[in-house]
Amino acid sequence: MSAGAEVETGFGAGQYLICLRGIVWREALRFVHQRERFVSALVRPLVWLFIFAAGFRQILGVSIIPPYETYVLYEVYVTPGLIAMIQLFNGMQSSLSMVYDREMGNMRMLLVSPFPRWFLLVGKLLASTAVSVLQVYVFLIIAWLWGVEVPPLGWLSVLPALLLCGMMLGALGMLLSSAIRQLENFAGVMNFVIFPMFFASSALYPLWLVEQSSPVVYAICRLNPFTYAIELIRFSLYAEVNPMALAVVAGAAVLFTAGAVLAYDPARGLIARRGGGGA
Amino acid sequence: MTCSQVLPAALEVQGVSHAYGARMALDNVSLTVPQARFTVLLGLNGAGKTTLFSLVTRLFHTRQGSIRVLGHRVDQAPGEALRLLGVVFQARTLDLDLSVRENLLYHAALHGIGGRAARRQADAALQEVELAGRARDPARRLSGGQMRRVEIARALMHRPRLLVLDEPTVGLDVAARAAILRHVRGLVRERGVAVLWATHLLDEIEADDLIVVLHKGRVLAAGEIGHVVAESGAADIHDAFSRLTGEARVTGEAQEKT
Repeated sequence: MSAGAEVETGFGAGQYLICLRGIVWREALRFVHQRERFVSALVRPLVWLFIFAAGFRQILGVSIIPPYETYVLYEVYVTPGLIAMIQLFNGMQSSLSMVYDREMGNMRMLLVSPFPRWFLLVGKLLASTAVSVLQVYVFLIIAWLWGVEVPPLGWLSVLPALLLCGMMLGALGMLLSSAIRQLENFAGVMNFVIFPMFFASSALYPLWLVEQSSPVVYAICRLNPFTYAIELIRFSLYAEVNPMALAVVAGAAVLFTAGAVLAYDPARGLIARRGGGGA
Repeated sequence: MTCSQVLPAALEVQGVSHAYGARMALDNVSLTVPQARFTVLLGLNGAGKTTLFSLVTRLFHTRQGSIRVLGHRVDQAPGEALRLLGVVFQARTLDLDLSVRENLLYHAALHGIGGRAARRQADAALQEVELAGRARDPARRLSGGQMRRVEIARALMHRPRLLVLDEPTVGLDVAARAAILRHVRGLVRERGVAVLWATHLLDEIEADDLIVVLHKGRVLAAGEIGHVVAESGAADIHDAFSRLTGEARVTGEAQEKT
């Protein structure tokens, strides 16, 4: 028997779990060590909630649209958009973190693990999603103290939507990270991805209002997967499912994840495309 | 040599080529690293060492040729091959935000080792590189030499049979270089780990090492040092390297200064 044959092949389910736990644990540790990241992730939506929403409450009229059964305050309307904003920024933060990891070399240690690469990347996505879900719940508590009421069941029913939206936006960030060559290029992501995605959506105003103002912007909003993430969260906060939003978010999550796994495939050559790193 | 005839080589590279666009980084490279031997991959900057490491570790896809780690093809059975492989990259790869011990535990998890076993192995590994006292320190507080020792300890956590190190002494002072070399050579002698040590520093070579001379993407010579020196008609390995590559004599210190 050759020495090669002595090696047991494949990992058991327990070892996959250990690996996944390790990836999530590392992300959590980084999160704990970078407390300012946690605070800044909360400050952004809270500024929108406390200041922007207070001003717009008097300007924007939100008619009764599903899932709301009555007129709601603008703060209530904007809350799902701000939740999605937290997840969007977290996804992009993960993207930034992956580019940083790649530049610092940490990413190599992940990629030379013997576990399948798709599993490692999905594990990283789950880790980033778990962090964003934690941020969202802290935001929801503060929003509740501010007077934004969520039905008791909504606190639980929103969880699957948060996981799915977190995966979709995290996968988008991962896909983008494969295209970003250097950390310095990350500012472009802010300008070309985050802001257009957020503003061309139903985060700040209902789509029927947008349609009245500009059919073109309305069409763009309808094509934006972020719109559907917001609507999925909005409905799930009231323990309802928006089938269209669910289908789009699930489809986009699968598509972006597949794209990210493909982009990090060694056959395509992540570092090879960047010139070999000093051969 | 009977042993190496029965057992598969720790690393077997056959006919591997790799290009970045029109630039050929590796041209039909073949080399063998026997089990329980210290093999030096000697080449100047730009020789193709890092490209070869990226292929061996599956960071790049092997488009032409084959790479086997203890008989397992990296492109066909990467899981099996990577389990047997420990890697120390040229660039620092520690997570500076984590503690020394956390870095090791993270690596253990990436190899499916968790819980008590991981903690025990991490503590033992740090003991071995004489850094047990720094276990709880953030990795960023370590010196360059200490970081390298942690990286070597980490690479050995999952008990690989082949350890590949890409210019691990670059940027270190003389004492740190000597300590790391001594430690890795000890792994070969005491644990039977096969080592592929990439360097451009001739003074890191010892008489009983195997050597592979890589220059501009091609293997110019390979084998026992005496054989390489004799084949090139040189007086010593310094002279042999100069003759083979057409470059001026390269010593550790001279190269470090450049």
